[in-house]
Amino acid sequence: MRAAILLIFIFMSCSKQNDVLIIQNKGSDTLVNLAQAWAEEYKKVQPKVAIAVSGGGSGTGIAALINGTVDIANSSRAMKDEERADALKNNGKEVNEFVVGMDALAVFVHPANPLTGLTIEEVACIYGEGGKCTHWSDIRGTIVPGCQGNKIIRVSRQSNSGTYQYFREAILGKKRDLKLGSMDLNGSRESIDLVEKTPCAIGYSGMGYLSKNVRSLCIAKTSDAKCIFPNLETAMDKSYPISRELYMYTSGEPSQEVKIYMEWTQSEEAKKITINSGYVPAPKR
Amino acid sequence: MENKITQSAPVSMEWRHKKSTKPTSEKIVEFIIKAGGLSSIFLILAILFFILKESAPFLIDRFEFKEFFMSTEWYPASVVKVRYGILALLIGTLLVTVISMLIAVPLGLACAFYISEFCHPQLREIYKILIEFLAAIPSVVWGFIAIMMINPLIIYSFNVPIGLNILNASIILALMSLPLIVSVGEDALRAVPETYREAAEGMGATKWEVATRVLLPAAKNGLMAAALLGVGRALGETMAVLMATGHSIQIPESIFDPGRTLTATIAAELGESPKGGEHYQALFAIGLVLFILSFVVNLTADYLIRGKKK
Repeated sequence: MRAAILLIFIFMSCSKQNDVLIIQNKGSDTLVNLAQAWAEEYKKVQPKVAIAVSGGGSGTGIAALINGTVDIANSSRAMKDEERADALKNNGKEVNEFVVGMDALAVFVHPANPLTGLTIEEVACIYGEGGKCTHWSDIRGTIVPGCQGNKIIRVSRQSNSGTYQYFREAILGKKRDLKLGSMDLNGSRESIDLVEKTPCAIGYSGMGYLSKNVRSLCIAKTSDAKCIFPNLETAMDKSYPISRELYMYTSGEPSQEVKIYMEWTQSEEAKKITINSGYVPAPKR
Repeated sequence: MENKITQSAPVSMEWRHKKSTKPTSEKIVEFIIKAGGLSSIFLILAILFFILKESAPFLIDRFEFKEFFMSTEWYPASVVKVRYGILALLIGTLLVTVISMLIAVPLGLACAFYISEFCHPQLREIYKILIEFLAAIPSVVWGFIAIMMINPLIIYSFNVPIGLNILNASIILALMSLPLIVSVGEDALRAVPETYREAAEGMGATKWEVATRVLLPAAKNGLMAAALLGVGRALGETMAVLMATGHSIQIPESIFDPGRTLTATIAAELGESPKGGEHYQALFAIGLVLFILSFVVNLTADYLIRGKKK
């Protein structure tokens, strides 16, 4: 009993000492690295404000925003109309959208794979429902050394992740599903780890996660178009075909502190962090 | 005061039969024990109620037996047509459980026999500590072992395109349930009275004969319990199988094909499905299937053990 009282005292004195405002920030796993890097740096800019960042996925962040448990939701996809309606119904406020950065979705293979690039159509043939490309030889007769049976091992993500949904839309449009039988891993890091160890594999993830042990492919819109590698410039001028916007959402007009933070994320200082973490700064509005 | 008088009364057996004269301390202890026993029943019912409540709207409005159990198409986030077919997941779960038990049960029971009967008493303690240490490895670490070590090993030694498959998951699950099987099995063997061994050895039986003809029948129920605890572990394991199976929706044609389990599907998708949505409810319906599966396993076990006794 005495210990409990002591604990409460310690707790109270702690919370009094650092009178810090905490901003809850949750959502997309794609964005979590960047949000964390920003939060770290922002501590130096605004010691009175702490940003608590957690991941869990775009859907989780948006759900939390709808339930009113976070101040800022991170998302790697735009909020759907139903979700906006739900948020309005629950909180009585329209959501506010901020484009905080860009991300190119890199398609990558094992370093032993001789391919340098794919067209969108070929990616659709590999990943799309009804697509006939099951072996590497179906892609311009490619033969992958070290890959038994020359079979394509598709590495994908769980079907409700923001990355999966964006990839599906960018490759197949809004009227087609991805083929079943892919390895649906639950993180970008896991996808890269797996492709790194598997000569037959192909995978996709945000550019920020790429490591030296996988090789990203250039992507061409059509077979005559120029094949473009994902990098800072091509994502920023949108010439890379699978690049997307990354969002942060607030419920209604953000509070003063949140507003200052959102403005800060577009400062030159924050943009440097964006680039260093492997993401692409948002285009000027 | 009353208690003291009854306790010191010369007719010592009398008070046991009279409820009103029971000492208060005993009443309290009895109540606590009773509450402990009832709480487990209450918890099970509460869990069942909770799963049913969360999955009810799906079961009533959307559920079709044929689609749910006969189709391999699990498309909860489809843009074309949302489909909930768990056949591939169900087969994945059963395959991984059965194969991992084919590896773990003989290995685990042999290990239990060795530690309890054949090994040097001083070595025994070391072995037991080492095996219990195996149980302390978190399942996500097992998952990384599956991806980073067993995956390339299977690719190169069996000449297959992918090493994250049913075999990989079965190996990982077998390793994970081994400590449980070994320690429960060993306890069962230790529980056989020493006089059995002495009697058998006195009749001129060799150590092997003592183990197979005396201890095995005597400790059968305990060993069976050990194996079934292993099955329960394998059936319910989530994180490691999520990483080791390849998490791929298809009916595996061989042990070298990737697959997917019921538990892993819930783990991977629940976090990102909005609470109360159809997908969320469908995942709870999968939870219900798992609940029934483990219930059936336990019931069969109970029946088997009791049937053998008669």
